[in-house]
Amino acid sequence: MSRRLSKFNGGVHPPQHKTESTRLAISTAQLPKRLTLPLHQHIGEPAQALVQVGDHVLKGQQIASANGYVSSPIHAPTSGTVVAIGEYPIPHPSALNADCIVIESDGEDRWGERMAVADYHDLSPSALRNLIREAGIVGLGGAGFPSYIKLNPGHDKVIKTLILNGVECEPYITCDDILMRERPQEVIAGLRIARHALQAEHCIIAIEDNKPQALAAISAAARDYDYIEVVQVPTLYPQGSEKQLIKVLTGQEVPSNGLSLQIGVVSLNVGTSAAIQRAIFHGEPLLSRIITITGNGVDSPRNLETLIGTGMEELVSQCDGDPEQLGKLIMGGPMMGFALHRTDLPVIKTTNCVLSYHREQMPAEKPVLPCIRCGACMDACPVELLPQQLYWFTRSDELDKAQDHDLFDCIECGCCSYVCPSNIPLVQYYRFAKGEIWIREREREKAELARQRFEFRQARIERRKAEHGSRRKQKARADKQRDAKRAEIQDAVERAKQRREQAMKQAGQWQQERGDDKQDNTQQ
Amino acid sequence: MLVAILSLSLLALALGLALGFAAVRFKVEGDPLVDKIDALLPQTQCGQCTYPGCRPYATAIANGEADINQCPPGGEATIHALADLLDREPKPLNPDNGVEKPKTLAVIDEQTCIGCTLCIQACPVDAILGAAKQMHTVIADECTGCELCLPPCPVDCIDMVPIEQDIMTWKWSLPEVEQVRESDQ
Repeated sequence: MSRRLSKFNGGVHPPQHKTESTRLAISTAQLPKRLTLPLHQHIGEPAQALVQVGDHVLKGQQIASANGYVSSPIHAPTSGTVVAIGEYPIPHPSALNADCIVIESDGEDRWGERMAVADYHDLSPSALRNLIREAGIVGLGGAGFPSYIKLNPGHDKVIKTLILNGVECEPYITCDDILMRERPQEVIAGLRIARHALQAEHCIIAIEDNKPQALAAISAAARDYDYIEVVQVPTLYPQGSEKQLIKVLTGQEVPSNGLSLQIGVVSLNVGTSAAIQRAIFHGEPLLSRIITITGNGVDSPRNLETLIGTGMEELVSQCDGDPEQLGKLIMGGPMMGFALHRTDLPVIKTTNCVLSYHREQMPAEKPVLPCIRCGACMDACPVELLPQQLYWFTRSDELDKAQDHDLFDCIECGCCSYVCPSNIPLVQYYRFAKGEIWIREREREKAELARQRFEFRQARIERRKAEHGSRRKQKARADKQRDAKRAEIQDAVERAKQRREQAMKQAGQWQQERGDDKQDNTQQ
Repeated sequence: MLVAILSLSLLALALGLALGFAAVRFKVEGDPLVDKIDALLPQTQCGQCTYPGCRPYATAIANGEADINQCPPGGEATIHALADLLDREPKPLNPDNGVEKPKTLAVIDEQTCIGCTLCIQACPVDAILGAAKQMHTVIADECTGCELCLPPCPVDCIDMVPIEQDIMTWKWSLPEVEQVRESDQ
């Protein structure tokens, strides 16, 4: 069955460099002595450490728990001892350190408890999602969005199409290709579980036409399921981007600032699908992933099944590269990846590729020339934005105008930078503009809060002053009343005294009179 | 003659009534210009502008009593925004009011704090928590870094620390691009 495919605007055909790393089969990377696991390997809140320094952990044991809805737990990739928890360098474009758990492996690779599910049909979609959440599965295509959220469309949404993304359009990267070639059953099993969790009507697996072996393997594995359709799509970068792929396959566009859920479509990466299969059928959380180690910094580029937290230099050595001779490492591909600030960083859940450059074979830096407004970037933009306008707005600090020109719809694919005859790093300007807008927004919110608190405090002080004033008046009035009463009492006392004195006087007179009488009597 | 006087007086009366009604019916609560200016100020409430808070300063600007370059926490960005709003020429920050500094956060050394509550009374946004003879602490999310709590502290236990960047607050910087042939343009 062939599907009518739509097209998106632009796109580019950069040199592929994929064959280098597909000559060798997937092999398992050596068990490292030391694993560094950043707590923030996904989109959302960083995980919270559950272990302490000195704890012994088993393979698959949860060592950090999800913190909030958009977050993901982290598990020990092998058995060993937690030797440190603290800030260490992580693969991040900021070159900043972040909280990590460091495990020293004991070499035994001893599993903890594993809870496999015999038949996932017995489980409700919600129970399945919880298992997937607890297994720490995030999108392995590169973004690292917690997968269980994607599988939770909400009560009122009906998911028609579940897309399995095996496009892998970025140059150099072959981890999805090799996974589909060698483990198609795992990919299909994961897809079936995800379909059950979503209650989706049908599934599409999309594979670019530069991966004929993967296509053949997946088609063979999917043959028995009539709800799975395997679609070959022509090679074009950035077709692997979710919104572009949905457009190609369904002809529908995901609304601006919206989610694919709104048009009844969910898409998962093939690697994520295989990870879901492992979590459900084998009870194994996300501990390892396939990583493409390629570039001219290694002599035998290949795909390695690598434990999360393994050092990149170790991987380079295992692919016959000399870490001492590295010029630079890029995490991800040449289009969307970012250069790393050092070479001894750990791999994380979203590391799909480590692109290495030998010190003496670094890509030539092209001089940046002024923009000539040729419009090549506009023709290449898959989101139909006006890249040169966004560039000028960002340069002149007119970020509100950039926002009005749909800056936030930019997927940062790098097509504009790739085609720019002046070699302007356009995407970097958009990334800067987005970050700047977010920061300003946050500052505005903070200022608003400060304003409210200041005004509340002023009002409180005023109120207290008023209360104080009225209390004083009341007190004065009460004092007056009391004084008046006192005066009254004083008067009464005075009166009583006077009366008594008068009485005393009278009595005295009387006594005197009597005394006089007595005297008279004695005299008599 | 009499008709003219009468008709004009009636007209004046009618228009006067209409204006009076409009003044009551369409009365604008508060000064919208003050609100607009206040929205551009950083709400640090530090008083470096010599006014007791951002809103009083906004009122002073609106009344023409204060200049637009007296807000050090807002710095150049605020001066430019105010200049845009009021259609004036931007000018450099008045050094008498202070200098633009990176954002900081007040931190109380809890070992040294004697619980005198003086800083609590000084804080313009109620960001310090504590009670008499109890340890005080700053609510980091609500501190504006105004430094008003520093002078009243009798034991000097409050430090202003710069806000450090972490990966959650980090953002991409503008690319450092060497514009070749810029001068040829």
